[in-house]
Amino acid sequence: MAGGTGSAKPADDPRPLFGAYGIVKRFGSFTANDHIDLEIHAGEIHALLGENGAGKSTLMKILYGLLEPTEGVVTHRGAAVRLRNPEAARRLGIGMVFQHFSLCENLTVAENVALVMERGLRRAVLAERIAALGETYGLKLEPDRPVWSLSAGERQRIEIVRCLLQNPKLVILDEVRRLCARATILRGGRVVGACDPRSETAASLAALMVGAQVQEVAARPAAPRGGERLRLERLSLPAPGLHATALDDISLGVRGGEILGIAGIAGNGQAELFAALSGEIPAPEVEAVRIDGTAVGQLGVNARRRLGAAFVPEERNGHAAAPGLSLSENVVLTRRATAPLARFGLVRRRAAQALAARIIDAFDVRGAGPDPAAGTLSGGNLQKFVVGREIQAEPGILVVDQPTWGVDAAAAARIRQALIDLAARGSAVLVISQDLDELFEIAGSIAVLHAGHLSAAMPRAQTTREAVGLLMGGSSGPPIGRDVPVGPTAAIARTEIAHAP
Amino acid sequence: MRLDLVPRARRSPLAASLSPVLAFVTAVLIGGVAVSLLGVSPGAAFAVYFVAPLSELWSLQEIALKAAPLALIATGLAFCYRANLWNIGAEGQFVVGGLAGGWVAVATHGDAGFTVWILPAMLVAGTLAGIAYAMIPALLRARLGVSEILTSLMLVYVAELLLDYMARGPLRDPAGFNFPQSVAFDEAARLPYLMEGETLHAGVLVALVATVLATLVLGRSLFGFATRVVGASPRAARFAGFSEARLTLAAFAISGGAAGLAGIVEVAGRIGQLQPTISPGYGFTAIIVAFLGRLSPLGILIAALVIAVTTIGGEAAQIDLRLPLDLTRAFQGLLLCLVLGADVLTRFRVRLVSGATR
Repeated sequence: MAGGTGSAKPADDPRPLFGAYGIVKRFGSFTANDHIDLEIHAGEIHALLGENGAGKSTLMKILYGLLEPTEGVVTHRGAAVRLRNPEAARRLGIGMVFQHFSLCENLTVAENVALVMERGLRRAVLAERIAALGETYGLKLEPDRPVWSLSAGERQRIEIVRCLLQNPKLVILDEVRRLCARATILRGGRVVGACDPRSETAASLAALMVGAQVQEVAARPAAPRGGERLRLERLSLPAPGLHATALDDISLGVRGGEILGIAGIAGNGQAELFAALSGEIPAPEVEAVRIDGTAVGQLGVNARRRLGAAFVPEERNGHAAAPGLSLSENVVLTRRATAPLARFGLVRRRAAQALAARIIDAFDVRGAGPDPAAGTLSGGNLQKFVVGREIQAEPGILVVDQPTWGVDAAAAARIRQALIDLAARGSAVLVISQDLDELFEIAGSIAVLHAGHLSAAMPRAQTTREAVGLLMGGSSGPPIGRDVPVGPTAAIARTEIAHAP
Repeated sequence: MRLDLVPRARRSPLAASLSPVLAFVTAVLIGGVAVSLLGVSPGAAFAVYFVAPLSELWSLQEIALKAAPLALIATGLAFCYRANLWNIGAEGQFVVGGLAGGWVAVATHGDAGFTVWILPAMLVAGTLAGIAYAMIPALLRARLGVSEILTSLMLVYVAELLLDYMARGPLRDPAGFNFPQSVAFDEAARLPYLMEGETLHAGVLVALVATVLATLVLGRSLFGFATRVVGASPRAARFAGFSEARLTLAAFAISGGAAGLAGIVEVAGRIGQLQPTISPGYGFTAIIVAFLGRLSPLGILIAALVIAVTTIGGEAAQIDLRLPLDLTRAFQGLLLCLVLGADVLTRFRVRLVSGATR
């Protein structure tokens, strides 16, 4: 039944380009989509809003042919179509950019793109097209790099490029909230409303999504007090891998009560900076990293934790947490350094479970059962857990990389509030983020990391998004660097973790 | 039409423990079909394979003697495999352990007087030799990133040829009419028998102790926890401050030590001298046993017994029913496939997606 794209219809065709009617999707006893109707017209930017677990991803996967609905029908220009697999959806011109990446890590960028292109496309032609698209939209990618060597932001760029190369008629973007003219709001698997997001505020949209008023992040931290707690002094680090970024002469200081934001586009040294701070990569000199005055440059991650530092890496699955382990076991991972979770070489399971329960309670982590495997939690809940796990220890210094990446609005607000509260209690907080809205919301001062080089930190009140954005693009004035935003697609890519307009 | 695997929200512990049973029953049914195609009554074959070995004292002892080294080696391997380290060379570590311990016995042959220390020294020498031999692939992997699969496997042949040379050359019994074997060990260099006049020796107790110890270490200790994390999420393990290099060395030391100990137990127990060959492939069969037992020490003990029963039964079937040895091997392979397949069923629901639903 699925067919080719057919001849182009006039743009004023009154029938929707794609329609979904009475869509029901059940997984066992759980109903993810409950009689959903959705119409998407040509030329429109349509948003699906809802918290994690509201049913957005399920509906999008149905439209992309990854899932078949239990009931209901999908139409293309008024005619019912059956999307039995993504290939059928792509033939109709549907492309998708995933929130959780669908990339093969051991293949190169070009090979990953080739997976969804027509068969028999020559590699050189494909590499050329990737480069051309990158030129046009400022989505720079090296076709021959293996995906495992790329950061989350760069991986998202591949997803976007891969989608655009197919000249799609409908682009489905997961977790990109910008540029939308019409929005359909899902809650608990049902359509609960529609609105024009441009006439709503972030708070009112969030309220529609969760069914209750979400608190705006309140009470920015008080002025820094006390001495400097975290110090980087002229830290230079050779690139730790073939495709990694070298860090170049980085100095910074964070005082108690202060939140320092580090802005930057993925792949400019964020991962390396985080690893140097956490001790996963030792610094060349002991003096390069100081925690409360103690030189720790060559100490391991647990020694730094025992000095009162805590760390939340960007990737929650597989770095911050082991997805196959239960939450209480994941508590042991980072908290055994500072909490009495092991005795005589044996794990104290009761103590770990009790501590996990306290974190789950304090940060409203929702999962199946009392001690679920970390991998079964939704992104927002797992992120609340890994942030909560560190904050519950009341660290004097917290370093967190992309604190709300791919997280729903309610969870993001909760995490940001927790960071602000921690700083207000006198801790030094360092936030690495690509999300300028986030940094301008919570950080007291902002520095920019570009190509392994850190700009001087500016107090938030004395800088603007535009100034920071320029630095992120690498221009400290002319000449213009390699990552300057060019078109609207670039804007999407840059705001990949932005949450509200 | 296609089959979908839908992940189950949680694994039922009942299903998890019943799945190997289901796999075993299915394997027996398929085996029955194969046997009847060979012109033998499946009932008679079942009796020879699974009933007869369990009904006589001598064959029960044989089962225990075959299962003990398998269980001991596989328990050690479980540490490696849980940490995602592929030690394929337990056979070599077994041989080297037997050789080193046997050397002690040959060197002390004929010593009179205080000989109580000889047997413990042999066991220690065998264990240390197994550890040392396993350190070669472990260090190469930890320091230089060399694939431990290749190095550990290739070292098996080195060990086998070394034993062959020693048994034919330096350690050969000078009064043995040029037979390629060492002197028969003294009484002080032999593991004691557990029953007067029978074949069961104290070595089986070593396997039982190892099962208990490994259950404790893997299930409760921080080290066992680290093993699991390094295997499942190496990056999270590094973030937790577990050293991958140290853990690689430790896991290889445990599995090499266990294999070496199994080797000297076999030499000091059943064989009683050094020969050019001391293993019918225990080190390789133990890999199957480790996975049949799902890398849990208790499961490994049961799996070792099942494999031992089919091996003894297979020997009897060759004699009584003229069934080929290959049939036994095929059955053991089939069993492993089915256990792994049944394991998938406990984690996923299989759903038939028909072409008609929308």
